[in-house]
Amino acid sequence: MIFGRPERGTTPVEPVTLKILVAGGFGVGKTTLVGAVSEIKPLRTEELLSEAGRPVDDTRGVETKNTTTVAMDFGRITLREDLVLYLFGTPGQDRFWFLWDELATGALGAVVLADTRRLEDCFAAVDYFERRAIPFVVGVNCFDGADRYPAETVRQALDLDASVPVVLCDARERETVKHVLIDVVEHAMAVAAAGRVPAST
Amino acid sequence: MSADGQESAHFFDADAGPVVRPYAMTRGRTTSPAQHRLDLIAVVVAESRAHDPGADQTLSPEHVDIVALCRDTPQSVAELAAELDLPIGVVRVLIGDLVTAELVHVTRPVPPAELPDESILRDVIDGLRAL
Ligand SMILES: Nc1nc2c(ncn2[C@@H]2O[C@H](COP(=O)(O)OP(=O)(O)OP(=O)(O)O)[C@@H](O)[C@H]2O)c(=O)[nH]1
Ligand SMILES: [Mg+2]
Repeated sequence: MIFGRPERGTTPVEPVTLKILVAGGFGVGKTTLVGAVSEIKPLRTEELLSEAGRPVDDTRGVETKNTTTVAMDFGRITLREDLVLYLFGTPGQDRFWFLWDELATGALGAVVLADTRRLEDCFAAVDYFERRAIPFVVGVNCFDGADRYPAETVRQALDLDASVPVVLCDARERETVKHVLIDVVEHAMAVAAAGRVPAST
Repeated sequence: MSADGQESAHFFDADAGPVVRPYAMTRGRTTSPAQHRLDLIAVVVAESRAHDPGADQTLSPEHVDIVALCRDTPQSVAELAAELDLPIGVVRVLIGDLVTAELVHVTRPVPPAELPDESILRDVIDGLRAL
């Protein structure tokens, strides 16, 4: 590791930091999306969670294990010297990412990435953000070879509230990812403006 | 660090080893009084008096690393954890020690359950458009 000498007399800028989560099923393109806009190669961070809050759908073979590791990869976008946006991508193979509640705490909003060939993989993420009233948009990742469903079909299949934006994107394309993120922020503003009325059921 | 020979089997258990062992660095502490449950995007800023943390004998190498990383550029908790390859919880405790020692301070991100000012959100949108 290389550290430059600190420059005496200069006060470092203390940026305002914000975060957006990127969730969705296994291999749907979350890390790709983060990498497409991040100024750093996506980094990985981990936390240990006790089993206390772990769902009990699978008790066999876990008796001896008291902790589980939850990992997230994240990227950074410095919008201005004093304004930094972090993107946190949940790992799809990890069934327990949602136990890491504090990750979502204070999040500006979220992107739920969906693959039309296996839409059901993103149900858990949609449920999670709906329950916590975290503004989210659904990004339909357009893999080559997948059918292009209209956004409305996806909305119906996911039983989304009419106010939730559904956008087509390509997680590899910086431009489309930028637009998905702008949609998240605009949606968060709209939700805030609506006085945080909970989504109707 | 126990004196008897049995700890290796216990500590280096395949399941627990790489994940639990880092907490030895915090002497088993998983919380710290000064940490206020640091958010992943809370930013750690080195105090100006922290220019030679290595001189402080009570600090571990990991404490010194954190101060060194934050000295040039303030760093988020998540970045520090990734850079040091330590679990977030461990890094939180270490940062709490450094806050108590007044070697760093931590800026709070926007409080949970509160959206930032609309003007900040506008700035975010403009910033993203300009990328
Ligand atoms: N054709 C195409 N391939 C994509 C797209 N997005 C991602 N991929 C590919 O899909 C694979 C999985 O992408 P990742 O970004 O690793 O997916 P992930 O959601 O982070 O996966 P996990 O973290 O393992 O759940 C990679 O090989 C990507 O290159 C896309 O929009 N179109
Ligand atoms: Mg991934």
